Amino acid sequence: MSSTGDHTLAVEGLTKRYGDTVALDGVDLTVEEGEFVAVVGPSGCGKSTLLRVLSGLEEHFEGRAAVDGVDVRDGGSDAVGMVFQEPRLLAWADVRENVAVGLPSGVDRGDAAARDRVDDLIETVGLDGFAGSRPSELSGGMAQRVSLARGLAYRPEVLLLDEPFSALDQLTKYEQQDNLLEVWAEQGTTIALVTHDVEEAAYLADRVVVLGGQPGTVETVVDVDAPRPRDRTDPELLAARDAITDALGL
Amino acid sequence: MATTRETDRIGSDHDAESDSGVLPALSRFRWLLGLVVPAGLVVVWHVLVATGVFAPHQLPEPLRVVGTLYAMGVSGELWGHISITLQRVFFGVLLGVSVGVVFGTVTGLYGLANDLLDPLLQSLKNIPSLAWVPLFLLWFGIGESAKVLLIALGAFFPVYLNLSTGIANVGDELIEVAEVYDLGRIESLRRVVFPAAVPSLLVGIRGGVGLAWMFVVAAELIAASQGIGFLMSDGRVLARPDIIVGSILLFAFFGNLSDLAVKGVERRVVDW
Ligand SMILES: Nc1ncnc2c1ncn2[C@@H]1O[C@H](COP(=O)(O)OP(=O)(O)OP(=O)(O)O)[C@@H](O)[C@H]1O
Ligand SMILES: [Mg+2]
Repeated sequence: MSSTGDHTLAVEGLTKRYGDTVALDGVDLTVEEGEFVAVVGPSGCGKSTLLRVLSGLEEHFEGRAAVDGVDVRDGGSDAVGMVFQEPRLLAWADVRENVAVGLPSGVDRGDAAARDRVDDLIETVGLDGFAGSRPSELSGGMAQRVSLARGLAYRPEVLLLDEPFSALDQLTKYEQQDNLLEVWAEQGTTIALVTHDVEEAAYLADRVVVLGGQPGTVETVVDVDAPRPRDRTDPELLAARDAITDALGL
Repeated sequence: MATTRETDRIGSDHDAESDSGVLPALSRFRWLLGLVVPAGLVVVWHVLVATGVFAPHQLPEPLRVVGTLYAMGVSGELWGHISITLQRVFFGVLLGVSVGVVFGTVTGLYGLANDLLDPLLQSLKNIPSLAWVPLFLLWFGIGESAKVLLIALGAFFPVYLNLSTGIANVGDELIEVAEVYDLGRIESLRRVVFPAAVPSLLVGIRGGVGLAWMFVVAAELIAASQGIGFLMSDGRVLARPDIIVGSILLFAFFGNLSDLAVKGVERRVVDW
């Protein structure tokens, strides 16, 4: 086991190129078990790329990316689930079937417990009544919540979320944020969440990683020390927000 | 007449209450517009023959064609021809689609199979149907198998081509979903790749059924003693243009019918 074996997520000197485009340049990041980390940064700075590397979707990159000490290219990504930036739903399948895609491979989709789990998740993301609908019958925000439910159904050790609430109205967004915190607390999941929303990052995360520039590098990491359960108006959250905003250069 | 129109109006007004008045009701009959030009052509046809522009031994009057078909139907002669042709098309399509599904799936899934087979099949596809007939007669005799195989060959290519590209081009986005959620090879084929390729398969089957009708004509014109194609060549030998035109209309009718059937299946299956 290497020196990175102690961390749930370990990224060292990660550089990722797409042809001539350098998407990430020497990124270092470690995330501990059960930690909630948010990643913010301007559009195009490589946030999605970072999650793609961690979830094992990128074969080629320089540096190291490991989950529990196992390189993501050697099966380390098996413990990782991801909610994509786009919903990516199966157009021919209804909401229930789409959520069931996330059920771990050991689970039999047909048995009653699995069905209950899927139905519960559909309810949790506020889509009860739409279990039999096709994606073409859903709004953008509803599709995004189906995709979120699919990710939660997977119950991974590490959950990566790429702007999972970006298409939701404020009220629904707050509900889903609190729901995610509940799942996180209940299951001890390690979470890395990408967002453009500074308030969201501060409210949810233990630490906020600010990526900057193009190619993306880590600008700074802001610790959010506010106690949980958090109050959205906690002065510490406001301070964290200011620190993040400063780091983003806004 | 007046009463039917009245009830139509009442019925449709009721349906379209929340829509914009009478227009939706009219648009329901829009497909009838497609019949206007053909009906006009039939009238022109009749007039041209009746006024002697075309000699009756070259082009019969429309009514004469209908009469001939009717008489053959009553005498029972027609049904044998129709049923043997339908049977050939049915089995040919069945065989061609099955083989097309196998080849399309294998080449769609495996790049190596595609590299080995696709160039050959792509060039075979361009051989005209008639060019195969002599060879098939030589190989399989003039029995049913030669004709069914020829039709199968026609139905094969569109199915193969569409399914192969359909499977190979399933979006990376969905493939990545299957990967991230560890569906495994079999499950990701079953739940993602194959369903995503179903629309392409149905487009292929539609094309295949269309080509099957072209190939059945080729087979029956040259080497048959029964079937609509035979009827047609018999009409030429007997100098009976009414039989020739009647056979053309039969092909048109059954060709359209089978296309509508596949289209109906397509609409039911690809309903997302
Ligand atoms: N498949 C690809 N091929 C080529 N370039 C790519 C590809 N994916 C990403 N890039 C490039 O990498 C850079 C980072 O992209 P990425 O999607 O990670 O940005 P992001 O931070 O997620 O942006 P956003 O906030 O808009 O989602 C961009 O410059 C983009 O053009
Ligand atoms: Mg992104």
